[in-house]
Amino acid sequence: MTEITYKLVSFKGEAQPTVQELPSTKFIPFDPANSDYQKYLIWLEEGNEPQPAD
Amino acid sequence: MSTIKVNRIENTSSADGGIDIDADGHVQFDGVQLPTAGALSHRNLVINGAMQVAQRNTSSSENGYQAVDRWRATFSGASGTQSQLSLTSGDPYDEGFRRANRLEITSPSSDTSGYIQMRTHLEAQTIAQSGWKYTDSNQSLTCCFWVRSSLAGTYNVQYRANDSGNFFFNRPFTLTANTWTKVTHTIPGHSSLVFNNDTGDGFQIVIVPHYGTNHTDNSVSSNTWFTLASGAYFSDYAQSFLNTDNATFDVTGVQLEVGSKSTPFEHISYGEEVRNCQRYYTHSYNTFEVVGTDTSTANPGVLSSTAYGTILYASAGTAFFPVEMRGTPSVTIYSYEGTAGKINADATEGTGLAFRISTKSAFFSRNNDSGGVSANVYIACHYAADAELY
Repeated sequence: MTEITYKLVSFKGEAQPTVQELPSTKFIPFDPANSDYQKYLIWLEEGNEPQPAD
Repeated sequence: MSTIKVNRIENTSSADGGIDIDADGHVQFDGVQLPTAGALSHRNLVINGAMQVAQRNTSSSENGYQAVDRWRATFSGASGTQSQLSLTSGDPYDEGFRRANRLEITSPSSDTSGYIQMRTHLEAQTIAQSGWKYTDSNQSLTCCFWVRSSLAGTYNVQYRANDSGNFFFNRPFTLTANTWTKVTHTIPGHSSLVFNNDTGDGFQIVIVPHYGTNHTDNSVSSNTWFTLASGAYFSDYAQSFLNTDNATFDVTGVQLEVGSKSTPFEHISYGEEVRNCQRYYTHSYNTFEVVGTDTSTANPGVLSSTAYGTILYASAGTAFFPVEMRGTPSVTIYSYEGTAGKINADATEGTGLAFRISTKSAFFSRNNDSGGVSANVYIACHYAADAELY
């Protein structure tokens, strides 16, 4: 199974309230009702950190 | 006021049709059951119960929402496929069903921790606003569906009330091999049931071909609400669908309604059902096109704009979703060649960005990682937006 990681997203240098799931490249909004965001929060709770934005 | 007490009324010259009144006072007209509670239209609380919509793909060997919309399949311990099956005959066909949801084993296993299931998740507000007095044990939901397995045996459907903790209700059903069976049963209310009036995960229908013995225990009760304990979901399965190569399990015609009787399935148009599904998932491709398809020669549905000068961040435009989505969706961008995460500048792929994502729209731009784009190129992409529950 491919390991999922995350990367913070910026647009024109500004941080956006989204994070990108890798390798799927899916953009995940910071919405508590979003099931992907819920999985991201669990991933953070496990001590992981997302890659910084470009 | 006087009362006429009869069990049946019929024409003087025919025993066909007529009006039947059962011992509980529920009525059938010409053999058609009338609702005992709830609304008189839009009675089915399940979306895509006829399995007619499959926006993502018609077949997949992956877990999750991959084939039939609103139905999430899981194979654990064994490998298999989920697919939208076309029906050409049989009892469900005769009732108007042309599609079914199929689970098939392609790599069997005797893993005692393995399991296979298909499930649909309903928003809590759907139940809260259904008219079901769910804290009253005398008030019921009724669920009905067609099911067929290549392997005879007793299987289970489990109803899960998510806002009430791990509060479950099991109903077993027995199947003869390769024979469609119409399963109908009621789910009573309970004083501990809670359904929030929100868009969260409130109720699940989980139809289960197999759970391994690590997840079962013969002390688990059926036909009563119970709280999950020690990871035991069901009584033991006597047969092993998981360990039967090419075993198939088909379901269609799922209807969940308020009341103690099952009424005829509420067939709705394909167009209406697609709209219902798009609250949870939508994409920019043609309906029967798989997400990630190479559309470079035809470009159907591609979202595009033109760069009028040399710019670093070239916009492909804003996508307005067909219907407002349940929540802010996750969004994946595809180049028109089908590469995830990429946006085209003419035929050149570059990194794509999705931002300002809301329940109604998202904006797409090419990033500046490839040094921007020159004037008079088309900026184009496809997208998929996902706001599924769970």
